[in-house]
Amino acid sequence: MSESPAWLREQFDSPEQQQEASRLGIWAFLATEIMFFGGLFVGYIVYRHAYPHAFAASSRHTNILYGTINTAILLTSSLSMALAVHAAERGETKRLVKNTLFTVLLATAFLGVKALEYAEDFREGLVPGPGFSLQGGKGEELFFYFYWAMTGLHAIHVLIGIGLLSTIAVMAARNRFSAQYHNPVEVAGLYWHFVDIVWIYLYPLLYLIGRHL
Amino acid sequence: MSPFPFPNAATELAGKVDWLFLGLILISTFYMALIFGPMIYFLFKYRRGKKADRSSIRIHTWKVEVVWTVIPFLMMMGLFGWAADLYYQIERPPADALEAFVVGKQWMWKLQHAEGNREINELHLPLGQTIKLTMTSEDVIHSFFIPAFRIKQDVVPGRYVTEWFRPAKIGTYHLFCAEYCGSDHSLMGGNVIVMKPEDYAAWLVAGAPRDNLAAAGERLFRDLGCSGCHVGSSVMRAPRLEGVYGGPVPLASGDVAIADDQYIRDCILLPASQRVAGYSPLMPTFQGRVSEEQIIQLIAYIRSLASKRPPEEMNK
Amino acid sequence: MNPIEIQTVQVQPETENYLSAAHTVRSWLLTTDHKRIGLLYLFSILIFFAVAAVAAALMRGELLRPHGAFLLNETYNKLFTLHGVLMVWFFLIPSIPAVLGNFVIPLMIGARDVAFPRLNLLSWHLFMLGGAFVLYSIIVGGVDTGWTFYTPFSSTYSNTHVILMAAGIFIAGFASILTGLNFIITIHTMRLSGMTWFRMPLFLWSMYSTSLILILATPVLAITLALMAMERIWHIGIFDPKLGGDPILFQHLFWFYSHPAVYIMILPGMGVVSELISCFSRKEIFGYAWVAMASVAIAVLGFLVWGHHMFVSSQSIYAGMVFSVLSYLVAVPSAIKVFNWTATLYRGSISFEAPMLYALSFIGLFTIGGLTGLFLAALAVDVHVTDTYFVVAHFHYIMVGGMVTGFMGGLHFWWPKITGRLYPEKLAQLAALIIFAGFNLTFFPQFIMGYLGMPRRYHNYAPEFQIYHILSTAGASILGIGYLLPLIYLVWSLRHGKIAGANPWKASGLEWETSSPPPVHNFDTPPQLPDKPYDYHPEADSE
Repeated sequence: MSESPAWLREQFDSPEQQQEASRLGIWAFLATEIMFFGGLFVGYIVYRHAYPHAFAASSRHTNILYGTINTAILLTSSLSMALAVHAAERGETKRLVKNTLFTVLLATAFLGVKALEYAEDFREGLVPGPGFSLQGGKGEELFFYFYWAMTGLHAIHVLIGIGLLSTIAVMAARNRFSAQYHNPVEVAGLYWHFVDIVWIYLYPLLYLIGRHL
Repeated sequence: MSPFPFPNAATELAGKVDWLFLGLILISTFYMALIFGPMIYFLFKYRRGKKADRSSIRIHTWKVEVVWTVIPFLMMMGLFGWAADLYYQIERPPADALEAFVVGKQWMWKLQHAEGNREINELHLPLGQTIKLTMTSEDVIHSFFIPAFRIKQDVVPGRYVTEWFRPAKIGTYHLFCAEYCGSDHSLMGGNVIVMKPEDYAAWLVAGAPRDNLAAAGERLFRDLGCSGCHVGSSVMRAPRLEGVYGGPVPLASGDVAIADDQYIRDCILLPASQRVAGYSPLMPTFQGRVSEEQIIQLIAYIRSLASKRPPEEMNK
Repeated sequence: MNPIEIQTVQVQPETENYLSAAHTVRSWLLTTDHKRIGLLYLFSILIFFAVAAVAAALMRGELLRPHGAFLLNETYNKLFTLHGVLMVWFFLIPSIPAVLGNFVIPLMIGARDVAFPRLNLLSWHLFMLGGAFVLYSIIVGGVDTGWTFYTPFSSTYSNTHVILMAAGIFIAGFASILTGLNFIITIHTMRLSGMTWFRMPLFLWSMYSTSLILILATPVLAITLALMAMERIWHIGIFDPKLGGDPILFQHLFWFYSHPAVYIMILPGMGVVSELISCFSRKEIFGYAWVAMASVAIAVLGFLVWGHHMFVSSQSIYAGMVFSVLSYLVAVPSAIKVFNWTATLYRGSISFEAPMLYALSFIGLFTIGGLTGLFLAALAVDVHVTDTYFVVAHFHYIMVGGMVTGFMGGLHFWWPKITGRLYPEKLAQLAALIIFAGFNLTFFPQFIMGYLGMPRRYHNYAPEFQIYHILSTAGASILGIGYLLPLIYLVWSLRHGKIAGANPWKASGLEWETSSPPPVHNFDTPPQLPDKPYDYHPEADSE
């Protein structure tokens, strides 16, 4: 066999095969993530249908400023990640590292805003259970149950993304990627875009119902 | 009624279910013959070392595939139709049914007749009379299973479900809980006793309680203080309940609910979620203060008011 | 000189292969070789099977008497729970995929390994971690909710170690997802050049379809168990009606996974049967394309029928009707497969080695199990027989009579490839027949007593059912003996079995083009693609 690059794993016959496998792999994985979040979305839909007014009323208690800031942060982070992948395709290591690190920064900012928001929600008694402060009935507690479960699961995915992207940034800084080989960057990019898209769904479902302009 | 001598099919619908079951057995036997017959034949005829014609088949195999896809598909649809039609009859109680009420709890069945008679783990029934059971659970999901009637219905906490039958045979039949519900699930059963109508009437009288369900409900209505708000010109304004049952109720949220058993139960337990239009949210919840049987009695009382009018209207 | 069977490649025991390459514990526990991972899974699932089988034995013993024999009610309930949990998630779901699939798939496509060998290893470790949680939950007292964890019993009322067990299943679920992911990518991207989709052995079509279900359905189980556990911990209801929640929502979410899961527990068996029927009739499978498409159809339609587990749950009767018609629809591709396997026998050249006996057994028992599925899909009949022994018999016919039989057939078929040894044929044939007889005696009476009204998950029962329980327990004893025999002789064969050559069955398939056991990287010389997937010539055997 002629020169096979160092990054070609022994189970694969060719670089193309490895790259096709990793691309297909991340898409299949994202399909599983859709099903995972899907269960929560189904629950949300069922209870929103059952308690439409309670859900709308509860939604008004979320902090729309924090929510909107976080949406802007994540959208920007998807842009910076797309630019990172773009740089990787061109073998521009410096831009790759910068954009990846910027994405990590934005992701961390997201979690920071989330922490502030959670603290405020906690103070206002928006945690379902004995200390729940809203009096509108069971639908309101259910709304917040979904609020915490869905944003919590999403936040866990953001945290994992921070780990993933930091690793990519370190690998990139060590010149592990090139225009010929940057699959891990693509894979991480797709994961990050997925995390962003989930938020795009969460934002209107949690923050915007019942808020009329 | 039923093609089988056993188990006792004790209602006409049970007999129909048995006929469907027999039909399924015959169709299954047909398919098994169709598959196992040739299979065993081939295993003999074409076993290794035995002389036989093994040349390749020269037919369009897709034609065979279409035939054995389409024909089973059509038979499936036939079976579906037969079963679904019978199912519709099983699930839709006729309008003329007498009512009885069931509350399941770990690990017993509590039954109340409309006349007020109460039973535990037993249900006495008159022959030939259509009975509709309205059921709920106090705790976990149970299931009210009478094998002889070929019916079963999961009994779910937080909602009312119904089951109906018309006993056609005198006898004593098993009653089982058929949804696993904890330690004594397999002990949660008893008997359904179908009697001649005159014997049943005598049984009712012999065990007669002070009040029938509606009267018991009326007493509760006063004792729990419901009449304090819902009757007369009291200080606290609450919707009058005469003529309410079964009709539409405009809610504060803008939706319109139908005042059925489930709605009234929710009003008693979760009043904030059922606020009527034009009224303040002042009704307290009775969760923990009334049992499921008491709720059934209250509903029976409110139902008895369905044909009445509030006094103010009557004086017009 | 060791005795050599009828094969073309001579194998000296000293040739290095994947088994002899290294002997340390580390080389096993940290292996990325798909063949070793397959064996790790084999070893693990047998342990879980043994525990679950002991539970079954205790239950069947207990059921000899109507009012119990030696168990407390609570113990009985914990036994049927652990039997279901271990058999479903820790034996059946991994069985063919993680053992035979892992071992055979790369060989069958001419590859050196799966697409993601390290994820494969992770999958086994997650499986073991999940299993550890579940075994621990059993040791510290067990769980009594049934493998179905219905709420609000599981989320509010049960006083047992529900969360521990649910955590174990949650973790093991990720093992399933990784296995499925690996197989999908491997089959998509790593087939030998020239092996197009319609030149693949049917085992691969079945495994691919199974993997689709594995990756798409399992996450729903994960989130459902997580929600149930959260309700248990924090007492905030999404399934508790006292808190405004809906217990039926749990059932929808649970069965949305668990129905497709049952197709995970039969499709691989069907894939094995296609390989066995063709090899032992020396004939290509009749209607190859139809069988392949039927696998995919089963996987897709399987996602649409979950509500047939809920006909009496208080679900709307119109929903019930939709689920019933779809359930009848999903029966059609299974029927197509059975017809095609039977037609394969026509003008074949049939022999009756143990794998073939298991394959024929599968067809018989799966047909019966599948036909009783039609009974259950019939709404009016299901109202009567749901939650009775009729259902228990139905699913055991499919899962044991079908899947486990398929697993046994595949294990015997590929045993020479995996170990380099032949098992004792006569003993294996005897065991297959004992299993067939014992199985029918165990489970056929259960159909009858189910229709007569015997509910399931019952520790005490009405005396008129006793005769059926006695028959069933007698059958279970025979079945137990039947399963013990292969355990004994397969282990025996590791040391004393005749040396197998590369292709003792003269079977078609790339896995047979390499030595037995295969070298570490599967092929010493690049494999050659045959003219067609099942390159058999029955007419050659006519004399």
